Amino acid sequence: MAVSGLVFLGYLVLHMYGNLKVFAGHDSFNEYAHHLRVFGEPMLPENGLLWIVRVLLIVALVTHVYAAVVLTARARNARTSKYVVKKNLASSLSSRTMRWGGLTILVFAIWHLLHFTVGKVNPNPDGTGTADPYNLLVESFELWWMSIIYLLAMFALGMHLHHGTWSAMQTLGLTGTARARARAKTAGWVVAIVIAGGFALVPLSVLTGIVSK
Amino acid sequence: MAFLDGTTQVTKPPVQVSDDARGYYTLGEPLVDPVAPTGPIKDRWTNRKFENRLVNPANRRKMSIIIVGTGLAGGAAAATLGEAGYHVKSFCYQDSPRRAHSIAAQGGINAAKNYKEDGDSTHRLFYDTVKGGDYRARESNVYRLAEVSANIIDQCVAQGVPFAREYGGLLDNRSFGGVQVSRTFYARGQTGQQLLIGAYQAMERQVAAGTVEQFTRHEMLELVLVDGKARGIVARDLVTGKVETHLADAVVLASGGYGNVFFLSTNAMGSNVTATWRAHRKGAYMANPCYTQIHPTCIPVSGDHQSKLTLMSESLRNDGRIWVPKKVEDCDKDPRDIPEEDRDYYLERIYPAFGNLVPRDIASRAAKYMCDEGRGVGPAVKEVDKDGNEVMVRRGVYLDFADAIGRLGEDAVREKYDNLFDMYERITGENPYQVPMRIYPAVHYVMGGLWVDYHLQSNIPGLFVAGEANFSDHGANRLGASALMQGLADGYFVLPNTIRDYLADAPFEKIDDSHPEVQAARQDVEGRIAKFLSINGTRSADSYHKALGNIMWEYCGMERTEAGLRKAIDMIRELKADFWTNLKVLGTADSLNQSLEKAGRVADFIELGELMCIDALNRRESCGGHFRAESQTEDGEALRQDEEFAYVAAWEWGGEGGQPVLHKEDLIYTAIEMKQRSYK
Amino acid sequence: MNLTLKIWRQPDTSAPGAMHTYQVEGISPDMSFLEMLDTLNEQLNEKGEEPVAFDSDCREGICGMCGMMINGQAHGPEVTTTCQLHMRSFKDGDTITVEPWRADAFPVVKDLVVDRGAFDRIIQSGGFISANTGSAPEANSVPAPRDKAMRAFNVATCIGCGACVAACPNGSASLFVGAKITHLGELPQGQPERDSRVVGMVGQHDHEGFGGCTNIGECTAACPKEIPLDVISQLNKDLRTAMKHGH
Ligand SMILES: Cc1cc2nc3c(=O)[nH]c(=O)nc-3n(C[C@H](O)[C@H](O)[C@H](O)COP(=O)(O)OP(=O)(O)OC[C@H]3O[C@@H](n4cnc5c(N)ncnc54)[C@H](O)[C@@H]3O)c2cc1C
Ligand code: HEM
Ligand code: SF4
Ligand code: FES
Repeated sequence: MAVSGLVFLGYLVLHMYGNLKVFAGHDSFNEYAHHLRVFGEPMLPENGLLWIVRVLLIVALVTHVYAAVVLTARARNARTSKYVVKKNLASSLSSRTMRWGGLTILVFAIWHLLHFTVGKVNPNPDGTGTADPYNLLVESFELWWMSIIYLLAMFALGMHLHHGTWSAMQTLGLTGTARARARAKTAGWVVAIVIAGGFALVPLSVLTGIVSK
Repeated sequence: MAFLDGTTQVTKPPVQVSDDARGYYTLGEPLVDPVAPTGPIKDRWTNRKFENRLVNPANRRKMSIIIVGTGLAGGAAAATLGEAGYHVKSFCYQDSPRRAHSIAAQGGINAAKNYKEDGDSTHRLFYDTVKGGDYRARESNVYRLAEVSANIIDQCVAQGVPFAREYGGLLDNRSFGGVQVSRTFYARGQTGQQLLIGAYQAMERQVAAGTVEQFTRHEMLELVLVDGKARGIVARDLVTGKVETHLADAVVLASGGYGNVFFLSTNAMGSNVTATWRAHRKGAYMANPCYTQIHPTCIPVSGDHQSKLTLMSESLRNDGRIWVPKKVEDCDKDPRDIPEEDRDYYLERIYPAFGNLVPRDIASRAAKYMCDEGRGVGPAVKEVDKDGNEVMVRRGVYLDFADAIGRLGEDAVREKYDNLFDMYERITGENPYQVPMRIYPAVHYVMGGLWVDYHLQSNIPGLFVAGEANFSDHGANRLGASALMQGLADGYFVLPNTIRDYLADAPFEKIDDSHPEVQAARQDVEGRIAKFLSINGTRSADSYHKALGNIMWEYCGMERTEAGLRKAIDMIRELKADFWTNLKVLGTADSLNQSLEKAGRVADFIELGELMCIDALNRRESCGGHFRAESQTEDGEALRQDEEFAYVAAWEWGGEGGQPVLHKEDLIYTAIEMKQRSYK
Repeated sequence: MNLTLKIWRQPDTSAPGAMHTYQVEGISPDMSFLEMLDTLNEQLNEKGEEPVAFDSDCREGICGMCGMMINGQAHGPEVTTTCQLHMRSFKDGDTITVEPWRADAFPVVKDLVVDRGAFDRIIQSGGFISANTGSAPEANSVPAPRDKAMRAFNVATCIGCGACVAACPNGSASLFVGAKITHLGELPQGQPERDSRVVGMVGQHDHEGFGGCTNIGECTAACPKEIPLDVISQLNKDLRTAMKHGH
């Protein structure tokens, strides 16, 4: 779980770096998107790198979801009769919403792939579609509801990462002292804000007109 | 003056002239320890280990031993006998062996390691323990205890008991209970817990290995004798209510102390006398039942809802000053408003040399006298006085840290006593950094118990008794940090080496549940249970327990008198009659029924209480924890009567309605000389 | 003070249970929570209604026998055991909900009493150091670094009460297991069996039906002995080391 989660995290960092290229302008962003596809040619076929990453992500996803399902099932069986009153004292909201949050992210990821990668969901059927990622992106986020979907998803992601990062460090045995524990908690916040915030910048910038066609 | 050659007899057998308990008992044959060792005291145990017969390892698995109790004594015995390969069946009434009341011991455990090079030795620990016990313990037993004490520490460290350590990583010691050497090993204020967890883990390892069978939530309710030998027990499964018989080649009782006969004590709620009392009724002698240790620094009773009392470590007396107001009318004032000249620092006044550090029994009695005079502090609680009237009495004295805080600063005091102060505040809701603490004595430990010989075997063949449940090592008073030592000595080192001599003749005749004596024992238990449930009166078992506690505390507590004890015996007899006609127990026999459990325990406490009073009445001397007002020096100190009472009083059950039979075992010291103590 | 109590009553493991409402009057703030329940039981006994079954023994916060969910918090609103909780933590007129620990690995025996035998079985599967009586070397022959010995002690204070399990949304006993792993693992004597211990204990933990840890932290907040969460980190680390060693 921790390892697969961290694989996602690593991917997200790269992905975010790419997304932030929108601030460098139309051509730069499209070139990057193209570059991703031809990276490593001719050693790798077209889309080679992308496929390696995709395979890795799929393996991670299967592992992660499998572990999540097992943990959820164990937790459910561990307490079949519920408390009439139960208070939460120390747990963060994010720690308690990992399952729903994860599911939200999964649903979102599917939507997101349909949107950008497959191009099935296209706000502007007359536009250039996936052939021009920059325009597709700007056109999409100019629609307020599309931005809201993304922003909500990023909020869910931030929550998931807030607990996930700390939890992964704890699982990996990196929190042996009170200091290390405090550090891991901080890391949770930093990762959540940087990643979710980084992604959120793009739709926000489009909405506010900082980025336009 | 100590005699090491083991030949010089210092004391003569006693001759009793006073007979306060006449009419309450019959005198039986004198008693001698049939396996008492002889020879130089330091060789006695070594020789005995050699003389005791061995059991072939291949045969051990065929021999079974029942051990009742999983405290330090029972847990350690189960682990060790399991390791040796015997088939052990272990019983406790809690839901896990780890919860035995040994867990509550705070202060520490003594051992003659002499790590501090301060002059400690086996002999000194032996000497301190016999003297501390006011010369009412058997010297051979005490010497053995001191001898194996060092092995206990080795064993516990090997098991992972996290004792306090010095910066160099070696074990730390502190001085405890007024002795002049530092021989107490400790794990902060939780020594008992850590030692017990060590024994528990060793025992669980044997459960996994299949040598120990563990029966939790099982209460022993009867001893099974077949042909005069202890061959098993009848126990009730507290969850299903099923009455079960368990048979074996030998039975060990390690069921702890009976301090709860006083209702309020520092013992656990479930601590009981049932296991040993049932054995007593089957013929095992009960020795010195009146010897009770009352600890001076406990948190006072706050009202008649009180269910138990909490001990505060004795170390508090090192820095706190004990006082009460000089004037009765000041007693309900805020203590901070009482000027210095209106305070009576009574221990410092009466015992200028030792002051607040006088021994436990003296400090306890002095506090009682102050409160009897009406100068106690804190909430007034309902009591019944000597004439049977209900009165409100304040039972508490101040333990004041204002001077220490002034002298050392609050931070220094906090560093030393932080956890104790917190505990006090949690229970009382008062902040002891600002308001003086209130303390009052409470029953804490019983030195009395089933009579055993040098092999820890009772007078019933095959019935062994270990830990606080036996009477053997502490005489009339126990030194701090030596009950843990005794429990573990018995369990790890003594019992495994003595029980093998008995088991060398085993396996004994095969018996099963259908044996008439087994059947009879079981039917007795079922009959008793049915009786409790059918009385259908109006009072709960708890209310009888409280009433008994009040009688015991008033008349058989810190100060005992002939008239008081006689009165107490009458009151207990009345209470007993009422109990058996007016008890109310709801629920059923075949389910978890805590009221029913309680009823059985209270029934036995009532009978024990009567015997304690008779024993106290007979012993017209003051020794250790037993203070008879008739036997004191001119200035009010305890006075022993060695000519008459240098004996162990071993009581035989006299039958229902009959009189107990007193057997005297003379105490003969060859390696130590008897002295009177003085703290002025 | 006067209180309304809502208490879970269940005659035995297999029978269904339900919440029942009782009134108690004249409760003193100096009473402990369990003394308040004693008072209720005395009243019930008088009325001919069977008293509420609950566990307690030492009543000084060390044996780990007591434990119940009080207003949704394990051992109630203070960081301590149920037996050391006092009524001054409540107000006159309060309604207090009392439930047993709820975890399938801790089946309810009756009312508020549960069976924590699973903890014993976890200890049996490795929570010890094998040292037969008599085989121990001289205690000071193996020094133990003081800081490690202190850490071992701090986590060895676990009383096995089960509040961690009761509070954990996953019903996991990782804090309990981690405390024992850390206690024995910090001491030189605990090294030889370090790998087999963690593998055995975690295996039994899962086998008993406790949930998996997702590092939520409710356990440590409920723990009366304030066992820190880093014992779970230690548990994971030791488990990984053991796996590396081929377990
Ligand atoms: C608050 C407190 C502090 C103390 N501090 C110290 C100290 O600092 N140093 C020191 O040396 N001593 C101390 N003592 C004394 C010491 O702790 C005890 O004397 C000692 O631990 C007793 O051990 P044990 O094994 O004999 O019995 P216990 O630990 O009391 O165990 C009794 C066992 O018997 C079982 N049992 C009882 N009756 C039955 C039955 N009928 N059926 C089945 N099972 C039964 C119980 O379940 C339990 O397992 C203290 C005592 C108290 C109360
Ligand atoms: C970009 C996507 C994701 C990232 C970066 C991510 C990251 C993480 C991390 C680091 C952890 C902590 C691992 C540990 O405690 O050992 C975690 C836990 C978890 N994740 Fe994800 N995850 C992602 C997607 C998902 C998805 C799609 C699901 C949905 C099924 C999901 C469900 C969970 C669950 C249930 C946990 C369990 C731990 C807990 O409850 O605390 N995650 N995730
Ligand atoms: S870790 Fe804490 S909450 Fe869990 S059993 Fe131990 S003492 Fe109780
Ligand atoms: S009763 Fe022992 S910890 Fe509460």
